[in-house]
Amino acid sequence: MAEIQEKGGGGKKKGPKKNSTKIDMTPMVDLAFLLLTFFMLTTTFSKPNVMQISMPVPPETEEEQPPLKASNALTVILGPNNKVFYYDGLVREGEALPELITTDYSDKGIRKHLRERNTNPKLFVMIKPLKEARYKNMVDILDEMSITNTGAYALIKDFTPDEKKFIKEKTGIDVVAAGTGAAAPAAAAPTEAPAQ
Amino acid sequence: MPKVKPHRTKPSLDMTPMVDLAFLLVTFFMLTTKFSPEEVVVVDTPTSISEVKQPESDLITISVDKSKRVFIAIDGQNAKRTALEAMRVKYAQPKYSPEQIKDFVLMTSFGMPMNRLGQFLAESSESRKATQQPGIPLDSLDNQLGDWILNARLANPNVKAAIKGDNDADASTMQRIIQALQDKKVNRFYLVTDMENKPI
Repeated sequence: MAEIQEKGGGGKKKGPKKNSTKIDMTPMVDLAFLLLTFFMLTTTFSKPNVMQISMPVPPETEEEQPPLKASNALTVILGPNNKVFYYDGLVREGEALPELITTDYSDKGIRKHLRERNTNPKLFVMIKPLKEARYKNMVDILDEMSITNTGAYALIKDFTPDEKKFIKEKTGIDVVAAGTGAAAPAAAAPTEAPAQ
Repeated sequence: MPKVKPHRTKPSLDMTPMVDLAFLLVTFFMLTTKFSPEEVVVVDTPTSISEVKQPESDLITISVDKSKRVFIAIDGQNAKRTALEAMRVKYAQPKYSPEQIKDFVLMTSFGMPMNRLGQFLAESSESRKATQQPGIPLDSLDNQLGDWILNARLANPNVKAAIKGDNDADASTMQRIIQALQDKKVNRFYLVTDMENKPI
């Protein structure tokens, strides 16, 4: 295959044979490009980005936490259908109820309010996903925190009974916090075809 | 008028520089390539402005697809082997054969409850691909995900956790996973996201 091709036929010519020293490189080049294509297509260059999350370590003992001042508090509730509710201050019995505002994850929505509140360095944002919220909403709101440089925030599971009542009154949504109650049947009957 | 002589020689092109370049690229790709692992689960991750890259190794990746199935992938073959053995003892499963263990170590991510894992590993790789994996249970009664996290951490203390969730996965499953991580004293973890441009 790879030998140098000699001129066939009955050599009537005398003298030294003039063999061509050229090799047909076409198959080799074909192979080289085939490999090149293969490796180019299979290689993974970009590694995915990650967000680093540090959850507050749950206190070992039931020690008294310093109470959060209402003026420093902002509660963000992740609701269904990509809606987000927020209110300034706290819901406490015997106090005036704050205003509950419904907005979305766009830059004119929750981000605008976060920027306004962000002037207070002691601001603490409580993020409370409802059961209906999507994971995208959680990432979006955590992303908003880094976009607006809000340092103090926490993902919180629990709603106080007062808070539940307050949200139910204002929005008509039955408050079930994400990750509480009975476990959703995790793909007990997956309707889709198996992945791949 | 002079006669126009037709060219006798074949039109030929010196391909040497092109071939040189081709081989250079082949070498480059051969050396840098890292085959993308076969994914058993399709996850469309949300976007974020974070620029932190995912660490190369020592990672437990917990994937959640849009039908809320939970899969786990553990880096490091030795860690995987140790974790599997510990899980087998904990869930009182019959001993796995060396082939089953080898298959397990070579798998990327899996979503099988312990009582079906042995049988799943005994299958051929084609039938494994066709099997619909139900996901790892993580409710409070049967928290196998937590045990996997614990055993993976015991097998490799440097391991870090990453959650790779689908856009349409629900917040409940995520909160449960975060809770499972926190129960095992993992309070720092990563959320895998795609890149997004930073707004001004």
